[in-house]
Amino acid sequence: MSAPIDPAVRIQREDFDLAKESTALCAGRSDVGALVTFSGLCRDEAGTLAALELEHYPGMAEAEIRRIARQAAERWPLNALTVIHRYGKIRPGENIVLVLAASRHRQAAFDAAAFIMDFLKTRAPFWKKEHHADGSEGGWVEARDVDDEATQRWHKSPPPDR
Amino acid sequence: MKLVYFAWVRERIGHAEEEIDLPDEIVTVADLLAWLAGRGEGYEIALKHASAIRVAINQEHVAHDARIEGAREIALFPPMTGG
Repeated sequence: MSAPIDPAVRIQREDFDLAKESTALCAGRSDVGALVTFSGLCRDEAGTLAALELEHYPGMAEAEIRRIARQAAERWPLNALTVIHRYGKIRPGENIVLVLAASRHRQAAFDAAAFIMDFLKTRAPFWKKEHHADGSEGGWVEARDVDDEATQRWHKSPPPDR
Repeated sequence: MKLVYFAWVRERIGHAEEEIDLPDEIVTVADLLAWLAGRGEGYEIALKHASAIRVAINQEHVAHDARIEGAREIALFPPMTGG
């Protein structure tokens, strides 16, 4: 296997464009057979949520996501990898996070994207605060045990050699 | 030493960061959390459930038994909820 690729990681307030990012990732290359695109969006929680305020730890947010992305690039044969995470006020329907994983075959791309999201949820220093639609300030979103459990599966079985 | 706080830890303590001179007997992260909790009501409330507090030294996650010697920046925050 050739040397792992260097992932592109961006932490930004602005929105991102899925189509534009996918096109940019694959531009000028013809070795990609599978491109998995995961985007996480802000839900409206049945109309009760006006916005999420995403706080982050500047510096560490990028460093930690880069550490996770590099682990994915070492573990699976990826051609290209982009991770973008937004911060600031995000309204229902808007994008929060984007993972683009490109590989020769689909399984590596699927697994790498899932791996990155599982670890990003529990290790990337971001915190969500809710703003309710009725104008009241909601609380901080609580971390979920299922997110912790989701990271465990990656310790159980090493990926088959591809 | 620079301490930085995020999310509800920041809100309960009442500020986002501060420079602190630590007593020599503070060796580990756990020592630091226990010592900080005695600095006032906001700290006490923020750090009441110490096991729930996540800690990073120089922007890398560490466990509570980690030594803080050589740390330039220590961050305290709740479990993360990004993504």
